[in-house]
Amino acid sequence: MSLRDHLPILPIVLPLAAGALMLVIEERRVAIKAAIGVATAIVLVVVGIALTSVAAGADVTVYRVGNWSAPFGIVLVVDRLSAVMVLLAGVLGVAALVFSLARWQRAGPRFHSIVQFLLMGVNGAFLTGDLFNLFVFFEVFLTASYALALHGSGARRVRASLHYIVMNLAASLLFLVGASLIYGAAGTLNMADLARQWHDGTIGDRVLYEVGGAVLGIAFLAKAGMWPLCFWLPGAYSAASAPAGALFAVLTKVGVYAILRIGTLFLGADVAASPSPGTPWLVVAGMGTLVYGALGVLASRDFPRLASYSVLVSSGTLLAAIAIGETALTGAALYYMVVSTLALCAFFLLVELVERGRRPGADVLAVTAEAFVAVDDRHDEEVGTAFPATTALLGIAFGACAIMLAGLPPLAGFVGKYAMLNALFQPDRIPATSWTMLALLIASGFATVIGMARAGVRRFWASPDGSVPRVRAVELAPILALLVLCAALTTAAGPSMRYLDEAAQALHEPSRYVDKVMTRR
Amino acid sequence: MNEVVVAIGIGVLAGSGVWLLLRPRTFQVAVGLSLLSYAVNVFIFVVGRLRVGAAPIVTAGGAADPAAYADPLPQALVLTAIVISFATTALLLVVLIAARGVTGTDHVDGGEPDR
Repeated sequence: MSLRDHLPILPIVLPLAAGALMLVIEERRVAIKAAIGVATAIVLVVVGIALTSVAAGADVTVYRVGNWSAPFGIVLVVDRLSAVMVLLAGVLGVAALVFSLARWQRAGPRFHSIVQFLLMGVNGAFLTGDLFNLFVFFEVFLTASYALALHGSGARRVRASLHYIVMNLAASLLFLVGASLIYGAAGTLNMADLARQWHDGTIGDRVLYEVGGAVLGIAFLAKAGMWPLCFWLPGAYSAASAPAGALFAVLTKVGVYAILRIGTLFLGADVAASPSPGTPWLVVAGMGTLVYGALGVLASRDFPRLASYSVLVSSGTLLAAIAIGETALTGAALYYMVVSTLALCAFFLLVELVERGRRPGADVLAVTAEAFVAVDDRHDEEVGTAFPATTALLGIAFGACAIMLAGLPPLAGFVGKYAMLNALFQPDRIPATSWTMLALLIASGFATVIGMARAGVRRFWASPDGSVPRVRAVELAPILALLVLCAALTTAAGPSMRYLDEAAQALHEPSRYVDKVMTRR
Repeated sequence: MNEVVVAIGIGVLAGSGVWLLLRPRTFQVAVGLSLLSYAVNVFIFVVGRLRVGAAPIVTAGGAADPAAYADPLPQALVLTAIVISFATTALLLVVLIAARGVTGTDHVDGGEPDR
């Protein structure tokens, strides 16, 4: 076997090895650790690109760990969706690590190892084809995320992390209950085998199986940040340090990925034609998340909370879109997922730069001033001072993030939203759900515009303290790179959308996945 | 009869765990999570079906009949689950102590509610 055959396991083994290696390197040799960390993340991006091209050619690639064939051994499965997700996680990893070089890597012990373990868990969750293995990888990245949420310490982080950890531990227990119920009903944990048994109708106790699926769904939805299971999210995400927040942008997407994978695999080829009992609920819950996120964006007084609620808006849009279950809509939603995750990552990094050097509580003061003292009494300030280049760059980056997240033209956020709306209005008879979704998508975009514009105007044009943050190039570079990537995805919307459409079609024909995994050699 | 006893046991553990999880003190929450994870662990174990008086692996001298075994997979799963919940509980305890030190209270919200 050549290295190419072992490609699917590299996204798991590489960060594991790098993270473990860094544990034995002395804490004060930060430069070596940083070099290893960034190099590993870059290799992960390269592996991700290779995997996407492999998936484009071979549709579904199965890697048998220990050469045990399914359903007896654990398999890793690479298809278009998982390859894209691995690539996305790698890109976010590089961005967050490069950003952290300036100062965050010194804010707490073993930062680089933790990031690598997080990437390992996330990649494993994307690649595995086994339900219990999925649980293990969920725990790996969650444990790493607990440590990362605490990175930098401080009372606010400790308090927010406490809620985050307790919430996720409880959700993990639900995951275990769901997985064991499914095992009890079907006698297997291999996802393809479970799907095959479901379609063949050989599962003894279908009620037990469905209850297991429902409990499992609740666990995934809690991690995806679905309303009303998402109250922990804004607190934890806004308290996290900037690189941690940027990496957390992909964690909710792991929940969405799990829903998408398990949902399409277990619940049948055509979700729209034969909806499962939970699908209407998922549509409603997704829309509820969207509304909650949009209201949160409107109510946010500071940048970190704005970013956290934007995560919820993105999650809600995705959950509602994938629950409606049209193939074309899923393809568009996948495109939206990729671009909104990139934009959220850039935004989380940007927020810290923008907030840097400000007096704590300045936002509250500004809001209070806006509400109670409408008169601006600072007439005598000089007008037309030089506009510092740093502020200009930050402002441009902020504007681009806002345009991406609100879904305004010309950037990729608009393409994603437009493609979703286009897919919603394809059938001849347009159901009420589509109209509601249309209204919510546009309203949430409008709410994002208002929230972002208010925050941006207050910070960049009417800044109460007027200080220019001291920003290093290595911090600005990943943000600009992510935004350039978004712009590139806008111009390359055709090919990327086609790729993700094929990914959606493969998801809606689970037999392709099942046949490939279950074939004996 | 066996099933009823085990089911009631799991129910009591899970119920107490959920009740404690909703309490305002961090220590109660930690104990609640531990009880819940015990309940889940026993639950996973029971999913492999209860059998009384069956040989764990192979009876002496007898031919190996797979149908006579206890299902080994839930046992492997529960072992993994125990290890993971052990590790995460340890981490939670560290955060509890840190929160107690940083905020000066053992309330889960990091401050006593205003009365």
